[in-house]
Amino acid sequence: MSSIITIAGVTKTYATGFKALKEINLDIQRGEIFALLGPNGAGKTTLISIVCGIVNRSSGTVTVDGHDIGRDYRAARGLIGLVPQELTIDAFETVWATVNYSRGLFGKPANKAFVEKVLRDLSLWEKKDAKAITLSGGMKRRLMIAKALSHEPRVLFLDEPTAGVDVELRQDMWEMVRRLREDGVTIILTTHYIEEAEAMADRVGVINKGEIILVEGKAELMRKLGRKQMTLELRAPLGAVPEALSRYALELSADGGQLTYTYDNQSDRPGVASLLRDLGAAGIEFRDLDTQNSSLEEIFVNLLRQDQ
Amino acid sequence: MNPRAVWAIYRVEMARAFRTVLQSIISPVISTSLYFVVFGSAIGSRITEIDGISYGAFIVPGLMMLSLLTQSISNASFAIYFPKFVGSIYELLSAPVSYLEIVIAYVGGAATKSILLGLIILATASLFVPLRIEHPFWMVAFLVLTAVTFSLFGFIIGIWAKTFEQLQLVPLLIITPLTFLGGSFYSIHMLPGVWKTITLFNPVVYLISGFRWSFFGKADVSVGVSLGMTLAFLAVCIAIVAWIFKTGYRLRN
Ligand SMILES: Nc1ncnc2c1ncn2[C@@H]1O[C@H](COP(=O)(O)OP(=O)(O)OP(=O)(O)O)[C@@H](O)[C@H]1O
Ligand SMILES: [Mg+2]
Repeated sequence: MSSIITIAGVTKTYATGFKALKEINLDIQRGEIFALLGPNGAGKTTLISIVCGIVNRSSGTVTVDGHDIGRDYRAARGLIGLVPQELTIDAFETVWATVNYSRGLFGKPANKAFVEKVLRDLSLWEKKDAKAITLSGGMKRRLMIAKALSHEPRVLFLDEPTAGVDVELRQDMWEMVRRLREDGVTIILTTHYIEEAEAMADRVGVINKGEIILVEGKAELMRKLGRKQMTLELRAPLGAVPEALSRYALELSADGGQLTYTYDNQSDRPGVASLLRDLGAAGIEFRDLDTQNSSLEEIFVNLLRQDQ
Repeated sequence: MNPRAVWAIYRVEMARAFRTVLQSIISPVISTSLYFVVFGSAIGSRITEIDGISYGAFIVPGLMMLSLLTQSISNASFAIYFPKFVGSIYELLSAPVSYLEIVIAYVGGAATKSILLGLIILATASLFVPLRIEHPFWMVAFLVLTAVTFSLFGFIIGIWAKTFEQLQLVPLLIITPLTFLGGSFYSIHMLPGVWKTITLFNPVVYLISGFRWSFFGKADVSVGVSLGMTLAFLAVCIAIVAWIFKTGYRLRN
């Protein structure tokens, strides 16, 4: 896979003197769903705004499908659709007018059938003659998505697209994102719902205090940094963890009926196989055994803690 | 070039005016009529003629200029300030649109509106006083040039302004007084000596004088100077806009 967006040495210092981006190097692969995670104020919106041409960078270069966003801004911006974090629409325009306006702004010839399809896909068709001011928050969010899709972008930025959207609509939205990806659209999203990144993304980038601290394929990330837990349901409750098993740092439940073993794939803690062998040797029998992977959320929280 | 974008912006700007069509037409008609009642009748009964022109006719070019200036500025400044204020400007900044195209669309929209307004005032005025226009070409030229120049000026204010208060400050504190003191309702020859000289530093004097010349062939200052001053102000506005866009001033920071 080739990269569609290349961000090299990008920094941003705001007029206030605040350094929002330290030095960002990042490649986005063609056709992937990339999730950018980071706490409030990490610089996600700043980075997206720079790529989309809304904020000037202080230094560095960005290319979109080989087009420099400075020298060749028309070609670069024409490929991008942006759904910003804030709900900002001209409240007095109708849904139909504002989506067609967006299409025109990006230099595309009028295409009623296409705009109708976009509105139908986002369940906004019934509202096409409504003024934006009369829409609910979730509808406004979808209207902003419709505006971003109106000019058939090849890259879609979604800055917290599901904030304020109910569960059912969120599902629809992700369904739409998947369809877009099937059509070859590259998607970069930020979200605070880490389950979403976990469910949707091919790769995950973590940004903190203006620095990218990690970029990984989601599966590798979960494998490398994810911790696993094995829980054993004991046949007979134990009063304490036997001395012979102390090197495993096992946790015994209050009633003595459960033993929990936490391990990660990279640590030098002894493996599951040897634990089971040692349990047998110590004469501890179990009824059942269960293992769990830690979620992306836990990984994320751990990463940020290490970065402090 | 992205002419479709220019057209899209221009159309939205015009649609905004037509949404409030009643207000856009009726308010200038009413205010013009009021000016005629107050100035034309009350003052006109004392000053019957200036430079051989009936007072009612004399004030028409000034009246048009007054609206042209204030409306050009408020249309253009509001058009660019509003998306900045609600945040919808993100879309404009992220679109494949050049600065030149943005200016053409917004300034074009604002200028079109104020030219239409000027023509409505002219039509209303012609109901009250018989009018002749001696140099129609120059009349239109001054109309368009002034509308474009002051729409550009309004555009600059709209980008500069951070609050609604600032947005209204310049028109209120500078433009309106300059217009009233610019000979809209009198000839500057009627002023006492020192005031006549001071008035010559008021750029609006040249606009109104040139515009009045295109109607009646009579002017306070020579037409060439009027035209030169208008073009000079246009050049200054273009230079400022170019600088704003080169630096991203208050747009992309
Ligand atoms: N116009 C501005 N002027 C000065 N500082 C700014 C400006 N915009 C953003 N910042 C600062 O830059 C930092 C990064 O902001 P940014 O909006 O990119 O964060 P974010 O990662 O998108 O956060 P969130 O998750 O809350 O949306 C913040 O500390 C913010 O205060
Ligand atoms: Mg943000």
